[in-house]
Amino acid sequence: MNITVNGKAMEVADALSVDGLLAHLSVSRQFTAVAVNREITPKASYASVTLRDGDRVEIVRPMGGG
Amino acid sequence: MMTDTTLVLGGKEYTSRLIVGTGKYSSNEVMRDAHEESGAEMITVAVRRVSLPGQGDSILDFIDTKRYTLLPNTAGCYTADEAIRTAYLAREAGLGDLVKLEVIGDARTLFPDVQGLLEATRTLAREGFTVMPYTNDDPVIARRLEEAGAACVMPLGAPIGSGLGIRNPYNIKIILETVSVPVIVDAGVGTASDAAIAMELGCDGVLMNTAIASAKDPVAMARAMRLAVEAGRLAYRAGRMSKKLYATASSPLEGLPDWTS
Repeated sequence: MNITVNGKAMEVADALSVDGLLAHLSVSRQFTAVAVNREITPKASYASVTLRDGDRVEIVRPMGGG
Repeated sequence: MMTDTTLVLGGKEYTSRLIVGTGKYSSNEVMRDAHEESGAEMITVAVRRVSLPGQGDSILDFIDTKRYTLLPNTAGCYTADEAIRTAYLAREAGLGDLVKLEVIGDARTLFPDVQGLLEATRTLAREGFTVMPYTNDDPVIARRLEEAGAACVMPLGAPIGSGLGIRNPYNIKIILETVSVPVIVDAGVGTASDAAIAMELGCDGVLMNTAIASAKDPVAMARAMRLAVEAGRLAYRAGRMSKKLYATASSPLEGLPDWTS
């Protein structure tokens, strides 16, 4: 299926979980937050939330700023 | 002299009244050393998309999160909705309940959109955040922010990253008399004397990023800022003399020898 992650289109396995996506992208869970279609996914739900074709995913973490 | 009170934000006490940022540093090592020299206990961070794939340095490899309190900001948000979502993302990322709330109204000046700021403050305060709003130097808006549940108000001294100093000390003074929450000057500080002026006015703290990060020697400037904030605070507590138009001799007028022939 096709999803968009941080503005980039990518093809991933069907019914991939948020946990699976983070592992696939080598993104650490620590200090990371995820939103799917504008809704924030609680860390406790990363394993149970499965992505669907066309989903827009945002993965953020702290960066330098003032 | 009695020991100073602490700065209390979100139920936590801070001895340092300087809050520093993590942006624009030439390297993470310089940033870490500047943080150390600044004596700050609270450090601002932005919340941004991770680069993909996700390997690589994180700035949090250079910040001891057990020692420093992180203050995520909502920089780059132009609506209350964006700012609120960013605050939630930061909290979900494990950065805590503090938020340096920015709702920007104009890209060239980065002046705040106070209508959006009030709305976001109200919502986030209700949701249990410790809201620290970046605002303009308007005492009326400062009072509205306090009423909306802000934990402090953070008026700008001058535009973000401008280094122009405290452009309207009289308004900052009026804000200090208007609200009972802490007043922290956020933005505009360019050099040590600017920070000292903010503290001499009676501000509870100063937040800065560019003044340190863009100095030729950020680590030395961080130390200068630490000293300036401490000196300004002490001068404020000491109570300055009143200003006079004419001279008043410091030495006695009596007892001068007679040189007349």
